[in-house]
Amino acid sequence: MLRFLVRRFIGAVITLVIISAITFMLFYAVPRDPARVACGKVCTPETLEVIRHNMGISDPLPLQYWHWLSAIFVGRDYSGFGHCDAPCLGYSFINREPVLSTVFDRFPTTASLALGSSVVFLIFGIGMGMLAAVKQGKPLDKIASSTSLVASSMQIYFVGPVALYLLVYQTHLLSQPTYTPFTENPGGWFTGLLVPWLVLALIWTANYTRMTRSQLVETLSEDYVRTARAKGMSRRNVFFRFAWRGAMGPIVTIFGIDMGVLLGGAMITEKTFSLQGLGMLAVKSVTNNDLPMLLGVMIITAAFVVIANIVVDACYALIDPRIRLA
Amino acid sequence: MTSTDSQPFLSIKDLKVHFSTEDGVVKAVDGLSFDLVRGKTLGIVGESGSGKSVTNLTILGLHNPDNTKVEGSIELDGEELNGASEKTLEKLRGNKMAMIFQDALASLSPYHTIGTQIGEVYRKHTGASKQEARARAIEMLRRVGIPQPDSRVDNYPHEFSGGMRQRAMIAMALVCDPELLIADEPTTALDVTVQAQIMDLLKDLQQEFGTAIIFITHDLGVIADIADDVLVMYGGRCVERGTKSEVLRTPQHPYTYGLLGSMPSLEGPLDVPLNPIPGSPPSLLNPPSGCRFHPRCAFADKVEGGRCAKERPLLEIVDGRGNACHLTEEQRREFLDTAARAH
Amino acid sequence: MSSTTPLLDVSGLTKHFPIKGGFPIRRTVGAVQAVDGLDFQVAEGESLGLVGESGCGKSTTGRLITRLLEPTAGKISYRGQDITHADRKGLAPIRSEIQMIFQDPYASLNPRHTVGKIISGPMEINGINPEGGREKRVRELLEIVGLNPEHFNRFPHEFSGGQRQRIGVARALALNPKLIVADEPVSALDVSIQAQVVNLLQKVQKELGIAFVFIAHDLAIVRHFSQRVAVMYLGKIVEIADREDLYENPRHPYTRALLSAVPEATVDAEPRERIRLTGDVPSPINPPSGCRFRTRCWKATEKCATEAPPLVQVEGNKPGHLTACHYPETEATIPAPRLSKDPEAAA
Repeated sequence: MLRFLVRRFIGAVITLVIISAITFMLFYAVPRDPARVACGKVCTPETLEVIRHNMGISDPLPLQYWHWLSAIFVGRDYSGFGHCDAPCLGYSFINREPVLSTVFDRFPTTASLALGSSVVFLIFGIGMGMLAAVKQGKPLDKIASSTSLVASSMQIYFVGPVALYLLVYQTHLLSQPTYTPFTENPGGWFTGLLVPWLVLALIWTANYTRMTRSQLVETLSEDYVRTARAKGMSRRNVFFRFAWRGAMGPIVTIFGIDMGVLLGGAMITEKTFSLQGLGMLAVKSVTNNDLPMLLGVMIITAAFVVIANIVVDACYALIDPRIRLA
Repeated sequence: MTSTDSQPFLSIKDLKVHFSTEDGVVKAVDGLSFDLVRGKTLGIVGESGSGKSVTNLTILGLHNPDNTKVEGSIELDGEELNGASEKTLEKLRGNKMAMIFQDALASLSPYHTIGTQIGEVYRKHTGASKQEARARAIEMLRRVGIPQPDSRVDNYPHEFSGGMRQRAMIAMALVCDPELLIADEPTTALDVTVQAQIMDLLKDLQQEFGTAIIFITHDLGVIADIADDVLVMYGGRCVERGTKSEVLRTPQHPYTYGLLGSMPSLEGPLDVPLNPIPGSPPSLLNPPSGCRFHPRCAFADKVEGGRCAKERPLLEIVDGRGNACHLTEEQRREFLDTAARAH
Repeated sequence: MSSTTPLLDVSGLTKHFPIKGGFPIRRTVGAVQAVDGLDFQVAEGESLGLVGESGCGKSTTGRLITRLLEPTAGKISYRGQDITHADRKGLAPIRSEIQMIFQDPYASLNPRHTVGKIISGPMEINGINPEGGREKRVRELLEIVGLNPEHFNRFPHEFSGGQRQRIGVARALALNPKLIVADEPVSALDVSIQAQVVNLLQKVQKELGIAFVFIAHDLAIVRHFSQRVAVMYLGKIVEIADREDLYENPRHPYTRALLSAVPEATVDAEPRERIRLTGDVPSPINPPSGCRFRTRCWKATEKCATEAPPLVQVEGNKPGHLTACHYPETEATIPAPRLSKDPEAAA
């Protein structure tokens, strides 16, 4: 296991370096002058040159990348703008602060959204999937299956406003979505995020319902499930001890990857409910031409996906003894 | 002891198992009757779709109740199993009656150790503690000939070889000293040398425990090795029944006869073509009328009035010997003997 | 042996599958020695049976001969031409002459193609246009294998297992091959159907003069179908002989044990000799030194562990009967010692 983790960690670092290099090259190769933006309305060529130098964008591209990369470990000084402590993922000249501090500001919103909604969709998705599998072919199964098909074909930007209208503006059942830090006010945190959680979960639940159902149906038809019944195990016991174990692997896999994606920011959801998370940060960086920020967000997002993959593989090995990690 | 010994331990009467599928009703078993006494081995021979596996899953009540209709009587030691509650059956399964399957790798849970899988049957039926169950699992593994059972008990099925997995499966089936053991093609997936080991093991264990065994196979060679009595199934029905030597030496039904002729031997003349049965096994969705074997039977036209296609031949058992065929005794002697001489 | 070149000449044929592992950089750390130094010939029109238990390398051998796998070492000659490492171009003229029949009649036919398309596939690929067109040839082939020629427009799922295997045979025959490698062609079929297919293959072999490498685990079927038989164990041939010699006078202890383990559908007053091998076949990753069978052999001595026995005509063998054993079985050693049934006692 340790060998596996070490090997995969090295692999992850290499992957991230490659991703960052490619993104860096793409961004900085485009003919756009961030210094011009930072310079403001009254801008002489001299000040522009000074700003360029301070930004570190007068160097050749590979050297710029090297500066960017080494800043992660040693930090970097953007004279005239400010200092960026290690680990430094770049400096946003528009916000006039290090990229990472903005990211840290926004991350709790995204993480709350991801964790909260995943709790909801895991409980409902897996629960309904199990019910559908047990009642295979019966009306309950058909209802669950068709509902999930309808729900999974919905879009946040449709369900979101509808839910806001029905649950918040019309009936005042739930409160307007806002983000209150959990540490400040747990109750406010919960009520403020409830609507986004439910909406996001509604769409994701459907996927988990369908996946849980198909995985369980498949494992229930395995020979070893029949053997367990032939040993005198009750249906219940067989279901939870044998079938569920077999279905868990693929569900954990998909969940891990979904989690990696969700932690990178759910742009449309955040936009729909006006929550300031990583997704919105990325959108804003694009519109503002804030390339260092965009690069930082992308690296963080990629890191979540890569880490999620490692966690998934490790979990898989814990669930299935046939898989040996090396 | 003696009074119960002569009584059939398992008695199946006019068993019918019909599945409803999208394409129609599959008559997997269609009027099957047989008895089994303690300590004996009944070999059930048949090809794919003969209903041999379905019969045995039904005995254990492992058919899908949603789409299966079971008629007739299954009596185990005087207790009717058809229609018995799930609770009753759960108490019997793995305890009084146990089953081993063909594909041991697929039939053992990949997620649990061998010891857990053997132990949980014991715990379920005896209420033993975890430690007792583990000790029992080790003892059973030793008994079925697995070397170093103390450490092997903690292995997963994929860490065992094919033969060892089948041994573990036998250990699991026998852990509660069942009185009836159903073995569904337990050696088909194994190599011959391992197959021989497993059959020896089953025979030894039977002698030791006095278990009644139903041994399902398509291989008449295996039957010759292990069975006392033989029941030949075709298209969901029994076509011939008798002791091993009766059935193998003087087969009465043209199907049994055809099966024997299809098999090449390790001895005997070379360069003689085999004598296959023409055609393929019947579809149970839409089985042939009358005798289900008649479209493939070489003697169907010898029976007067085309009865083979119209009338289901009845199985009459006298002293455990009988066959379901319209040929008269004389016709049979004449046809089968001439064919045997020609072969 | 005759002075003419054999159809197929295999010498020192070896296939090792590398095993990756190691830390932190993955590298080849070992090899599965699937096939290790095989020598055999197949004459024109002859059927050679390859028997052995799972993992003995018989299927790998079949795939090497048809060049579906690349040999690690050794040499394969077809009609005197070295095809061991021939590339696609070099193989092209030979591809049509060596064909293969597979075990699973369900998986080896494309379910979306009609029977006609399946059977004419090899002709299409090789750009062969027989006289009277491909369809006529397909009908002919269907006729040969005992299927209705009018069924060329049907799909595989409309046929039973035995009929599908006949389609597989027809496809193999499409290019008039000289050699067919049949890998367990009947083991997935019902007993009554097996005989039909074996008879068909026998007819094809005799009437069309096609040589066969017949790979099977069923010794009775191999005896029935193959004039010469090679017994494999853990990637090596332990014995090769004409079938009469091999079945009547097995000299290698493994051959003998294998034969005695086959259950026969006879009820003899006198039970046959039974040798019970104990334990399992060792791993081909780390096969035993010397003779690979020694760990399960009741005759094994020090010599067997240090010295690999060569495959030779041991004393008492007829010409062409080769055995790889230091202590070959003789008539005098019959009955062979019965081994204990308890594997632990012997282990």
